[in-house]
Amino acid sequence: MSAAAPTWTAERPIVELHDVHKSFGTVEVLRGVSFSMMKGEVICVIGPSGSGKSTLIRCINALVPINRGSIRVEGQEVNDPALDKLALRRKVGMVFQQYNLFPHKTALQNIMMAPLHVLKQDRREVEERARLLIRKVRLDGKEDSYPGELSGGQQQRVAIARSLAMRPQVMLFDEVTAALDPETVKEVLNTIRELAEEGMTCILVTHEMGFAREIAGHIYFTDRGVIVEHGPPAEFFASPKDERTRQFLSQIL
Amino acid sequence: MRGALPVLLPFRAPERGPPTLTRAHLVMLAVALAALAPAALAQASGAPLSPLAVVWKWTPLLLAGFGFNLLISFAAMAIGTAAGFGLGLAQLGSSRVLRGLAWALTQFFRNSPWLVLLFFAMFLIPFQVRIGGVTIPLPDWLKAIIGFALPVMANVSEIVRGAVRSVPTPQWESADSLAFTPRQTMWMIILPQCIKRMIPPWMNVYSLITMATVQASVVGVTEMLTLTGQVHAAEGGRPELFAPLYGFALLCFFVYCYPIDLMTARLERRFQVR
Repeated sequence: MSAAAPTWTAERPIVELHDVHKSFGTVEVLRGVSFSMMKGEVICVIGPSGSGKSTLIRCINALVPINRGSIRVEGQEVNDPALDKLALRRKVGMVFQQYNLFPHKTALQNIMMAPLHVLKQDRREVEERARLLIRKVRLDGKEDSYPGELSGGQQQRVAIARSLAMRPQVMLFDEVTAALDPETVKEVLNTIRELAEEGMTCILVTHEMGFAREIAGHIYFTDRGVIVEHGPPAEFFASPKDERTRQFLSQIL
Repeated sequence: MRGALPVLLPFRAPERGPPTLTRAHLVMLAVALAALAPAALAQASGAPLSPLAVVWKWTPLLLAGFGFNLLISFAAMAIGTAAGFGLGLAQLGSSRVLRGLAWALTQFFRNSPWLVLLFFAMFLIPFQVRIGGVTIPLPDWLKAIIGFALPVMANVSEIVRGAVRSVPTPQWESADSLAFTPRQTMWMIILPQCIKRMIPPWMNVYSLITMATVQASVVGVTEMLTLTGQVHAAEGGRPELFAPLYGFALLCFFVYCYPIDLMTARLERRFQVR
């Protein structure tokens, strides 16, 4: 385990997991997960509830510490007691199922807070960027609204903008449309699609199979803590090889 | 066997709020007082003053005493809140030792009778301290304030801990994932969200401590209750003066604390919705 991140170059995987194990008490949630992805790739993790998908992406920004194995982000080892968590989290953005906006701050303030206080950037520059981001997620005019005054889809887009304001290298999306009304799912997916098209490295945990098929470069199917099967979407959805994958897809599609 | 099962309807509390004093009640009270006042004045010329006239005569002194009670309550609340806030945060801190210590202190002072804490403060704190060459006297009222600040501190500590705990963990997670430090998260994200939640229970503590300040009379601090007793004695200790004089003290506290309770209840209802 090398302590300091060696010089990482874009020819090497930006996110790399090797034999990741995680248990909560006696429950093994991840039982040896490995994968790697290059900068600009978009991958989707699918699988039944309780298969460890959410835990998997929470491990990547060290929200959940792992028991065994290795996770590297831009060459920086995450499973290291001396890890600079803050440095890691500046590189990895995360969007949650329940949006988790700060309810006492307006949309604009939610976006500005982290760059101002974490990155200590200049207020004027941060505000300018925040306004651009609001426009990017198509919420012009909602700058001064509080989260409670916004719909679920609008809140989720603010949450995406808030994460982007940190200029992350990788974005993690944890079932970001699962709590939304069907009619607002689309607006959030459109935002993510644009991001992916701009070359953002994205890891999505999702139940939106249609979206996964369209956007992902690679699909990973997890069940009971392991990756059962993976492949490019066309192949994965057309001819799943594993029995469990077939069963899951037949239930969900 | 019956065809249909009887359905037990869920119990629904009546929509009415708690009983409150209306303007009508206040009017009735005023009318009653006004009706009694002439009688009191008429008797003023006679040898012993009427009870009401006695109360009226001593009102300035008694109100000054009440003012002192309020002063004790303000000071105890200010000191107790500041200390309690620190103690509450220590209960939530990352240091295990500090957390345990803060927890033990909180529990100790929260589960002790206030009067015992008051005695504790009166007799354990010296009557003066010498810092360098300067002697600072610590009068009884100052010790009483500290005595009352102790339970306030413990209660505020629990209020802070409870309010912070009531913020859902995803708020911490999202702050974590934006690379806020734990300290920043606490001060910029968690505490601002729960200040509102802390206000009603904090006001409740204030109301209780205000009423408790009369206990200072037990340890010899001259406040309203002490003065009421002295006035009673000065008027010859007539038994018919007992109820009006102490009734006046009750009324003062009621008139002061009841609106606080009302406002607390109103705030509680308002914050419940969100």
